Amino acid sequence: MSRTLVSAPKTAKAGEIVDIRAMIAHPMETGYRMGPNGQAIPRKIIRHFACDYDGEEVFSAEFHPAMSANPFVAFSTVATKSGMLTFRWTDDDGKIETASAEIAVS
Amino acid sequence: MRLPSRLPPLSRRSLLRGLAAGAAALGAPTVLAQSGPRVVVVGGGFAGASFARALKREDRAISVALVEPSEHYTACPMSNAVIAGLRDIGAQHFGYGGLEDDGIVHVPQRVVRVDAGQRRAVLADDVMLDYDRLVVAPGIDMRFDAIPGYDAAAAELMPHAWKAGEQTLLLRRQLEAMEDGGLVVISAPPNPFRCPPGPYERASLIAHFLKTRKPRSKLIILDAKDNFSKQKLFEQAWAELYPGLVEWVSLSFGGKVTQVDAPARTLTTEFGSHKAAVANVIPPQKAGAIAATIGVADQTGWCPIDPATFESRLVPNVHVIGDAAIGGAMPKSAFTANAQAKACATAIARLLRGQEPESPKLINTCYSLIAPDQAVSIAGVYQPANGLLSEVQGAGGTSPLDAPRSVREEEALYARDWFETITQEAFG
Repeated sequence: MSRTLVSAPKTAKAGEIVDIRAMIAHPMETGYRMGPNGQAIPRKIIRHFACDYDGEEVFSAEFHPAMSANPFVAFSTVATKSGMLTFRWTDDDGKIETASAEIAVS
Repeated sequence: MRLPSRLPPLSRRSLLRGLAAGAAALGAPTVLAQSGPRVVVVGGGFAGASFARALKREDRAISVALVEPSEHYTACPMSNAVIAGLRDIGAQHFGYGGLEDDGIVHVPQRVVRVDAGQRRAVLADDVMLDYDRLVVAPGIDMRFDAIPGYDAAAAELMPHAWKAGEQTLLLRRQLEAMEDGGLVVISAPPNPFRCPPGPYERASLIAHFLKTRKPRSKLIILDAKDNFSKQKLFEQAWAELYPGLVEWVSLSFGGKVTQVDAPARTLTTEFGSHKAAVANVIPPQKAGAIAATIGVADQTGWCPIDPATFESRLVPNVHVIGDAAIGGAMPKSAFTANAQAKACATAIARLLRGQEPESPKLINTCYSLIAPDQAVSIAGVYQPANGLLSEVQGAGGTSPLDAPRSVREEEALYARDWFETITQEAFG
């Protein structure tokens, strides 16, 4: 399991624009590098990232080999109602890592 | 109409007396007028002091004025030991008497501006120094605009202690006053900055202080980088000497400090916040302020140079050495400053004789204490390549991992000898 870190405000006012950050510890191996044995190191990257807010997708992104290891994503959304932010990273093998954060909207 | 000279006659005369005493030849009664060429040095740290002396060694006929407002210099290397209560700040102080004995004129003033066209430096007391070559060695200044909440006032509560002196003692007092069980936070800056292994040597020595004096305390390093100098050696030392005491948080894992609240001693990162008992914020840095005033600093805040002569790429006849210069692969250290000073002195002596400067080879070595009597080191060799100082591949290296304690102890002795040698050469 990869380590993930997410950050969202615990509380917000309805209609407020909130900053959200998410990071996953991942090598983002491009597939273009040669190992010490002269063999190509197989590609292994996060392919897709998405964030749901109370069940509705508010942000998603396709990742590509040029992205750095431990990819860090920062975006904003509008606080509408109290609920759960869930984060989902999908890698080349279809393996999924998730994380979540709760936001209380007044 | 010609403007009258703004020179106060007394300071001109007293300055002249100093110069006449120091220089081999007596000149006409204009400021710094000598038969030999005139070189003005701005800044009396390792770079400026080493340069002034090296140039005098190259050619005694060159008159050298060192403009430095302080009466003594407080050296940074070994100052982490002062913070950890292992060393007296007095051991860091060096005066300019030795330089004056060599015929260098110490002008205890501040340069306020430079007229590059006239090749003239103007001091705060309106004295003007004409030069053939100006050498700028201002060291660093903190960037108080880089971390929201961290300004000069905040540094009185969360010391940076990245220029040795009062700040060093402030951090030491805070550590001594801290209750056992407190959290010490060090915020380490992104590259480039003065003394790349410095934050981690500091962490090691503070960890030693905590382990021996306040063993229930903890130390967190919040880092704006994902890797750092001598990382494996430091991490091994922390695991062996201070298990469970030191935690390093990398950039990827939320180590970058995005805001501080100095009165509350709180540091906010991208993923959370830390409330410290003692916070040591080492902010991003830039070339000492005078570099920007003279016009030798670019938009990065540092000074682009020709790697063979250290002449500024922005202002002709002005050279920049030491931490303020963009040293390419060369780290910002006292050893580097000293090596660049000597290479620059050789280049300037040749230029003043109308000769072509040669391409230098430079060496840097940095020792870091991991405990009061144990050290690790890194060494590198550098030469101009593609317009920058580049590392000569395969020429340097670090202390071995997994070395016995005796090797680390031996290196601590080398570190002490190194400090003796370099301070003797620059100031002794």
